[in-house]
Amino acid sequence: MQLDRKTAMTTKIKHHLTDDLLMAYSAGTLPEAFNLVVATHISLCDECRARMGSFDAVGGELVAHLEAVQMAEDSLTAIMAKIQAEAGVSEDEPLAAPAVGSGLFPTPLRDYVSGDLEDVRWRKVGGGVSQAILKTSKDATVRLLKIPAGTAVPDHGHRGTELTLVLQGAFVDEHDRFGAGDIEVANEDLHHTPVAEAGVDCICLSATDAPLRFNGLLPRLAQRFVRI
Amino acid sequence: MLTTTTPTATPDKAVLAANAAFMRPEDRSVKAKTVTTDETSKRLAWVTHVVAVRDNKDTAAFAELFAYFGPRVKSFLMKSGASPDLAEECAQDVMVTLWRKAHMFDPAKASVSTWIFTIARNRRIDLLRKQRRVEPEDLPWGPEAEPRQDEVMVLQQESEILGQAIAALPDKQRMLIEKAYYGELTHSEIAAQTGLPLGTIKSRIRLALDRLRHAIG
Repeated sequence: MQLDRKTAMTTKIKHHLTDDLLMAYSAGTLPEAFNLVVATHISLCDECRARMGSFDAVGGELVAHLEAVQMAEDSLTAIMAKIQAEAGVSEDEPLAAPAVGSGLFPTPLRDYVSGDLEDVRWRKVGGGVSQAILKTSKDATVRLLKIPAGTAVPDHGHRGTELTLVLQGAFVDEHDRFGAGDIEVANEDLHHTPVAEAGVDCICLSATDAPLRFNGLLPRLAQRFVRI
Repeated sequence: MLTTTTPTATPDKAVLAANAAFMRPEDRSVKAKTVTTDETSKRLAWVTHVVAVRDNKDTAAFAELFAYFGPRVKSFLMKSGASPDLAEECAQDVMVTLWRKAHMFDPAKASVSTWIFTIARNRRIDLLRKQRRVEPEDLPWGPEAEPRQDEVMVLQQESEILGQAIAALPDKQRMLIEKAYYGELTHSEIAAQTGLPLGTIKSRIRLALDRLRHAIG
């Protein structure tokens, strides 16, 4: 089931991660919220997984060619002692939660939700749209969004960077169409009105490093309450 | 890819023999026919050392890995803003992780230096940023039981070419790539530190990546 989902998805993905994001993910400098979206997309996308491998390799080469600094005199002894001390302890590799239920969410997202789609605690935010904010460090926020088929998300601009990964269904805006597995990278220049396609509800994972800016008074008032 | 490598030395017989230990029998002939450079031999030796740690808990092989990578991981962490004491402790942890997770290393997917970089990076995120980092889900078909030796070989050679390409970048481009990886800096923070406008930083990094792609493609 899982294998089918991914094999099907990875061949259909049209919108990928940018070099900027992949390099920052590889360097480990992204906010936690962005990390989650990037890791979830890579779980679904072989092309971005391969590109991530190249960026990791750049990091590896940089480390391999660094000038050596002096290690403490007893460093290796200390390391061997730590290894000895841990030898009796059983491997604490966290076992990946088995894919149960809908099996829609890749592992990184399942870890944050502690389950799959049916375990998400949705809150209505108006216009038929529901969201669930996931707990991460404060430098950026990430939420799951459920947009009923055929519904528009209010026209909004962006102050920072916004990543939106489609997990189910699709949305279209003035510029393009985003289906399952596609990721949209939006910056402050983009003003758009995404509309969920007819068919199934559109489920997205969306991260921003600044609050979205809605055009229009009512959404702006609502924004204070829903933290979009 | 193979044709772009200039052979400068004959294969190190000891390395080849040691490498035979983790090859599938049908692949051994492949290795014998491939010409290696000193640099590639060194990289293959690291692979052999990790395999020896994995299979035999070989402390001598581990000491070799420590001698090369310990001081460089410490240097990497210091460049990321850790104090020498913290970097020492953290580099020790990275080496302990290398020992404990040796079974996770797949030499057909990553070079030893790439693998160690990812361990060091993750440790740095835990320690300096105190954030959680999730990794992508493993591929559904999982790792092969034993990597094909020719794939391992090609990967080491590609890594070597990438290393040379990074070294050959113009200073300004290389410095920005280094800052992005070591410096725990966003592009805006690099802009503040170097006085370069954000657009210039992004275009230099893009140029550098284009050059690297061209060099290894």
